Amino acid sequence: MNFEHTEERRMLADSLNRFIAEQYTFETRNRIVATPAGMSQDLWQQFADLGVIGALFREEDGGFGGAGFDIAVVFEALGRGLVVEPLLGSAVLAGEAIASAGNHAQKALLAALIDGSTIATFAHDEPDTHYELARVATRAQRSGAGWVLDGSKSVVQQGEAAAMFVVSARTAGAVDDEAGISLFLVPKGTPGLTVRGYPTMDGGRAAELTFNAVQLGAEAILGEAGQGYATLERVVGRGILALCAEALGAMEAAKLATLDYLRTRKQFGTVIGSFQALQHRMADLLLEIEQARSAVINAAAALDADRLTRERALSAAKMSIGRIGALVAEESIQLHGGIGMTWELPLAHYAKRLVMIDHQLGDEDHHLQRYIALGSHIWSLS
Amino acid sequence: MELQHTPAEEQFRSQVRAFLAEKLPAALSAKVANGTHLTKVDMEQWHAILHARGWLANHWPQAYGGPGWSVVEKFIFENECALANAPRIVPFGVNMLGPVLIKYGNEAQKRYWLPRILDGSDWWCQGYSEPGAGSDLAAVNTTAVRATDAEGEHYIVNGQKTWTTLGQHANMIFCLVRTDREAKKQQGISFLLIDMDSPGVEVRPIITLDGDHEVNEVFFTDVRVPAQNLVGEENHGWTCAKYLLTYERTNIAGVGMSMAALERLKGIAAQQKRNGRPLTEDPAFAARLARVEIDLENMKTTNMRVIAAVAGGGAPGAESSMLKIRGTEIRQEIASLTRRAMGVHARPFVAEALEGDYTGAPVGPDFAAAAAAQYFNYRKLSIFGGSNEIQKNIIAKMILGL
Repeated sequence: MNFEHTEERRMLADSLNRFIAEQYTFETRNRIVATPAGMSQDLWQQFADLGVIGALFREEDGGFGGAGFDIAVVFEALGRGLVVEPLLGSAVLAGEAIASAGNHAQKALLAALIDGSTIATFAHDEPDTHYELARVATRAQRSGAGWVLDGSKSVVQQGEAAAMFVVSARTAGAVDDEAGISLFLVPKGTPGLTVRGYPTMDGGRAAELTFNAVQLGAEAILGEAGQGYATLERVVGRGILALCAEALGAMEAAKLATLDYLRTRKQFGTVIGSFQALQHRMADLLLEIEQARSAVINAAAALDADRLTRERALSAAKMSIGRIGALVAEESIQLHGGIGMTWELPLAHYAKRLVMIDHQLGDEDHHLQRYIALGSHIWSLS
Repeated sequence: MELQHTPAEEQFRSQVRAFLAEKLPAALSAKVANGTHLTKVDMEQWHAILHARGWLANHWPQAYGGPGWSVVEKFIFENECALANAPRIVPFGVNMLGPVLIKYGNEAQKRYWLPRILDGSDWWCQGYSEPGAGSDLAAVNTTAVRATDAEGEHYIVNGQKTWTTLGQHANMIFCLVRTDREAKKQQGISFLLIDMDSPGVEVRPIITLDGDHEVNEVFFTDVRVPAQNLVGEENHGWTCAKYLLTYERTNIAGVGMSMAALERLKGIAAQQKRNGRPLTEDPAFAARLARVEIDLENMKTTNMRVIAAVAGGGAPGAESSMLKIRGTEIRQEIASLTRRAMGVHARPFVAEALEGDYTGAPVGPDFAAAAAAQYFNYRKLSIFGGSNEIQKNIIAKMILGL
């Protein structure tokens, strides 16, 4: 039993934290968020050069990490810095889909993802999905040797910046069948693909994609036709871990900001942190955040376990993070009082990110129900 | 990061399990599982079984009869005992007074009292709380005045202690008494060992809301206590008191007890029905069940993180406050769900059915008898050992620096 990270991971975390503190300040971040691209090509390249993207890939895929705790370490730092660059969409989601289901030719793309020269993203949610993994209405029909895609995808992270989309589409079965889902690689600019971009509440940009008779060659399909669900689950599982770790970093930042405020803000002639009503709320936050950290550890440790262990730990973590993230956001704003309501205050942006994380890859209710559906837990008795 | 135990620790766990399988009497574990009352004889029996194996005083140094376990081994042992529904070791002598004597007692006190704790000659109870000193423990007002007569130096004790758990079985009580009325609150308190058979000691039962006789009031009227029963220095008893309250609280979350209770609850929920389906399939109940299970899964890891920190040389300071708050909330929630799972049969209150030797017909399912009583009894968890609000004060001060 040991809860220390390895030397390599500690070094990675240190250098990433230092880089973010120096180069990705709150002012820089807000400037990036306001640009038309909603990301910084320059800083993205620096993240790549720092090895941050490579740390999210396994060695056999050209990276030097890719384990649960690599994802956790990187995303906790990203969360602490409120980074909006496309690490989740490109490296974790699209990257893992290509790495785990791609053929030799498709995997050649990974090098460009890792060195930062290509940005990919993951397009799965649809207007009627509401987090259900198997509900895919976008259809792909065979056309000669290739395929024709019709349908739409919702809130695709960095949809405008991406040069390549990993898209889920139904090649067989009813709209919510696990069987019959396939994954496709669709390059930006493919005729019939429309990208409508917009800013998101938590900073950065996303897009709605429309596929109108999009013609794809035979080489576009990722993995076996109709067998995409298992890949989807693995990909989304890694994404869930990344989001949970990111939320943990954001919670820590929100906690520090709120503590600092309690120690300095004076009312009634004394610092407000001396009031018991506020102390107890802060103590509650602290122990909830420690529980959130344990949830992330459990999820990271289970990432390469058997399916049931892994998925239960991931849903337990995402459910915990959803609940605790919103709590930390709401309480941090409340404890700050009026100033917590202002755009100017970094805390407000952490709060928004924390709440919006619950709207990515399944919210608290979704994962609670999924945890129940995955069946009663058999205690490891440890 | 390594969440698994070492092979040596796993081997230790197997050893503990084998011991429990062989030595834990089924009648005792059945009472614990069902929440029915343990008798004095039951508790003494388990005490003797553990003592015979040398595992009773597992927090004590080997020199005094402890088994020499690591923090992790102690944690494994306590968890395995809880999972097997073993009775809790009556803590007052073994886990509370023992460590205080080892740290602050003189040689004569250690030589005399420690073996008597181990072999069960003495049953200790704790004289801390008073009617006017609950969360504000330093407000103790029971007085001890030092005097000398023909029979030697002694104290005369007057006052009242309350919430004295299992005091009805005890022959000895360790007390916080005020030896200096002028001194500031925490100063002027001394730690005194008092024979319950002394003239002037009177024990009166307090019946708790679940009908149980677990706690008592203890009155002292001109009770004569030999001066040699003072532990540590006079007026420095608060040091002993604090040490006792923070000693080995790494298992304060009661994770093992929660795991055992949750397993039992799931078994019950699978048998109880709503809308013709097992409660485990009822969306509202299943959601409550899943929430507490997830909380407990997180708590398990939080607890292990604290254990690992202590094993690595850290001190279990205010972190134990976090374990106490969340751990007791989880235990209370499981007790609450167990009560809910009984439906209408939570209401019948057949006091005799709460005794382990009850042979009458149960009202409703046989597991229903103690559910509501235990739920009410468990309200104590967030009150005793420093209420959860006091724990939050500690966190605010010690961890958050507010």
